[in-house]
Amino acid sequence: MSDTTLEARRAPRLRGRALAVLAALAAALAVAALAGPRYGALLLIGLGLGLAMEGLRFGFTGPWRRLILFRDATGMVAQMICIGLVAVIAFPLLASNPTELVGAHAPVGYAMIGGAFVFGMCMQIVLGCGSDTLVNAGSGNLVSAVALPFFCIGSFAGAYHLTWWTGLGSLPVAALSGNAGLALTLVALAAVVGIALAVAEPGKRMLPGRLWAAALIVAGLAILHLVVAGQPWGVVYGLGLWVAKGVTALGADLSGSVFWSAPSNVERIEQSLLTDITSLTDIGLIAGAALAAWWRDGLSAKVTGHPIQAWIAVIIAGFLLGYSSRLAFGCNIGALFSGVSTGSMHGWAWFAAAFTGSWYGIKLRPYLGLEARR
Amino acid sequence: MTRRPIVVVLLVAVAGVLTLDLATSRPLDPFTAPPLLALCSGQASGGAHCASLPGS
Repeated sequence: MSDTTLEARRAPRLRGRALAVLAALAAALAVAALAGPRYGALLLIGLGLGLAMEGLRFGFTGPWRRLILFRDATGMVAQMICIGLVAVIAFPLLASNPTELVGAHAPVGYAMIGGAFVFGMCMQIVLGCGSDTLVNAGSGNLVSAVALPFFCIGSFAGAYHLTWWTGLGSLPVAALSGNAGLALTLVALAAVVGIALAVAEPGKRMLPGRLWAAALIVAGLAILHLVVAGQPWGVVYGLGLWVAKGVTALGADLSGSVFWSAPSNVERIEQSLLTDITSLTDIGLIAGAALAAWWRDGLSAKVTGHPIQAWIAVIIAGFLLGYSSRLAFGCNIGALFSGVSTGSMHGWAWFAAAFTGSWYGIKLRPYLGLEARR
Repeated sequence: MTRRPIVVVLLVAVAGVLTLDLATSRPLDPFTAPPLLALCSGQASGGAHCASLPGS
């Protein structure tokens, strides 16, 4: 094929890509003009996260699965490097701006630990955690697309009952801070890296270039999120809010829920989603992943079929992902990524419980018809 | 079936949620919006987060 023919074929594709980027920028500008510049910036940050995670195949669920099943440490090491990079910037920022910026700090408790365990199990069943479900659905993964609405409903329901669950018993909020806190966090992250490298098979320890790039980009965007929003990156609050707004519009009374009747959440329900931090980054994640998948021709891939019991499992696991993440005070992003990088001890408790749950989730998948039995 | 129709349906659903949201929420007012950056704004952080409990 001649160079001229190749160029003639590439031209419409390049035009299409340029138009898609322009459309994404126009959407962010429109949000900035309608709602305010901070909200337009947050949509752009979400788009960047979606593009980076889908384009560079950076995630949380897959790397845990690969470490447990195939002793491949690369993805887990990339996560820890990314969290460490955010912590190096976030700790001093939080210390010097205690009013304007807040960390993802939450109490460790029975429901929190149980919620993280269930979340870890379910994220392996659907092969998607908080961010991964949005990214996978955005790139056309049918399992994630089916799980997502039930994730939203579960997040709403978990928040509805949250105070009952926390009443079962919680410790006071504990968070590391200052230079000593940062040093301890980095040592703990390095210890996880050390364990992952120790159990990894030879040849499955060195990070490929794309994971280095992804860790740097995602860390940069997460720090930017903290600077712009005043709070760390989160996912599941927004998903529950979408359902809360929907049922309220249909006439439901949420005064029976301590969580949804709290003044701050009533205001969120009354205000537009275009002024909600986690909703904007969630929408950005979906759209950014769709853009990245379309960019590399991933949308023409065939969808894999599953038996009916597998789809029932996906629906139940999707609901439980949402419900349990509210009890756990976040998913892999709100609790693990943002909790640990801002010093919260609940982030570490979440990690331990969710990783244990993941081990069981991986064992369950073949029995639910989601993959062949090994 | 390919992934394309799934993405189209999802993006249409998100657009639908946003349309309904704009129809049922308080009107947007960019003139009372917070500044671009929370850092150095002098304003207390007020957004909702997964780690927040009511009243915290």
